[in-house]
Amino acid sequence: MVNLEAVNCEKVWREISNYLEGDVDAALRAAMDEHFHTCKRCASVLEGTRNVIQLYSDERMIEVPSGFGRRLERRLAQNARLSSRRWSTWSAWLVPVAALALITGGLRLANSLTSSHPMKSEHAQQAHDIPPDMLVVVSADAKVFHAPGCDFIHNKDKVRTLTAKEAIQQGYIPCLRCMRKYLETTARRPTILGSEARAGADEDEDEDPGHGER
Amino acid sequence: MAEPNAVLNKPEQQPTREQELIARVQRGESELFYELVQPYERRVYAAALAILRNETDAEDVAQEAVLKAFANIRQFRAEARFSTWLIQITVNEALMRRRRERTVTMEAIDERREEESDYAPRDFADWREIPSEALERKEVRQKLAQALASLDRKYREVFVLRDMEQLNIQETAEALGISIASVKTRLLRARLMLRDLLAGGWEQGWFSRLPFEKGTKPW
Repeated sequence: MVNLEAVNCEKVWREISNYLEGDVDAALRAAMDEHFHTCKRCASVLEGTRNVIQLYSDERMIEVPSGFGRRLERRLAQNARLSSRRWSTWSAWLVPVAALALITGGLRLANSLTSSHPMKSEHAQQAHDIPPDMLVVVSADAKVFHAPGCDFIHNKDKVRTLTAKEAIQQGYIPCLRCMRKYLETTARRPTILGSEARAGADEDEDEDPGHGER
Repeated sequence: MAEPNAVLNKPEQQPTREQELIARVQRGESELFYELVQPYERRVYAAALAILRNETDAEDVAQEAVLKAFANIRQFRAEARFSTWLIQITVNEALMRRRRERTVTMEAIDERREEESDYAPRDFADWREIPSEALERKEVRQKLAQALASLDRKYREVFVLRDMEQLNIQETAEALGISIASVKTRLLRARLMLRDLLAGGWEQGWFSRLPFEKGTKPW
């Protein structure tokens, strides 16, 4: 609780700005209100300060140089034109670059369609690290070789057994499931078998194992 | 006192024209940006002038600030007031310009001493309210502008941002990079000094054609 008698003129002057901001507690506000009733000098300071705030907060107090708004608008318009010119310069480059990319892509697609090698998917892997004399099985009319017992062997009643080296030499590629432990190291190690797995294996095996072998 | 359920019962508000303009400019309709800033262009200029005290520099910085606001409009978030955001960008630009020009070294030296002592009003004449019509007179506006220009930089900046630009105390502190306590101290002194400066002007007849009672001052 503020002692009313303790609110002298000096205290009022120190707090008068906070008072006008509504930034004094209720007790101090009551004490200052009481003081303003009895002290003409402080009442004059209060009303004068209030006048200052009201006058200067009026928009008319802000004078701008003649033509300020017009020049600002023009500068913004120039900036917008520059931005669009920069974009059009970029887009002028982008059109031929995009066209070139399309043509190149089209040519590569055409080559791949006419080539004897099927397209490689991102999952296609080389038959690195597979022990050459490891026994594997292949089924009739399939192009993938498996470890015996692999769940992805089709036509299990028509399988034959051979070595991994023989399977690869005959054009078979490793099953991505049962041979995974050998294939995962391919990025780090050199080829053992020296034979690149035929691309397209994953298209049969990875994406749709149910139809991997026909 | 507000109704307890006033917020809950408040109907969903339509976006204001300003909110609509902000959203459209953010989506790429850059030609609408001037319409968005136009209501505040005077305040942008005044903020720059308060810091730079040079009309040419103030206009240049005001333009730069508006361009910067345009370049960063996608970063503006609806929880802030657009005018405050714009003024803060302007203040920042103006402060950077002033730092580059290194014109304030001497002013900073006596800052601490001035803020330590209390300011005592000098004029205690009778008062009455000045009608806002007084501002229609160019002479009155000029006298008010001169009084403001005569303040030290640190008082003028705080007064302009708080009382003319309507930033709150915290926003003023953030814009100028000073403490809230410093804003309050400087604001008090700025207001009291302006009051004294303008009360003194009464003796010189600034408001002589205003309808004040004989023997009284505007404050």
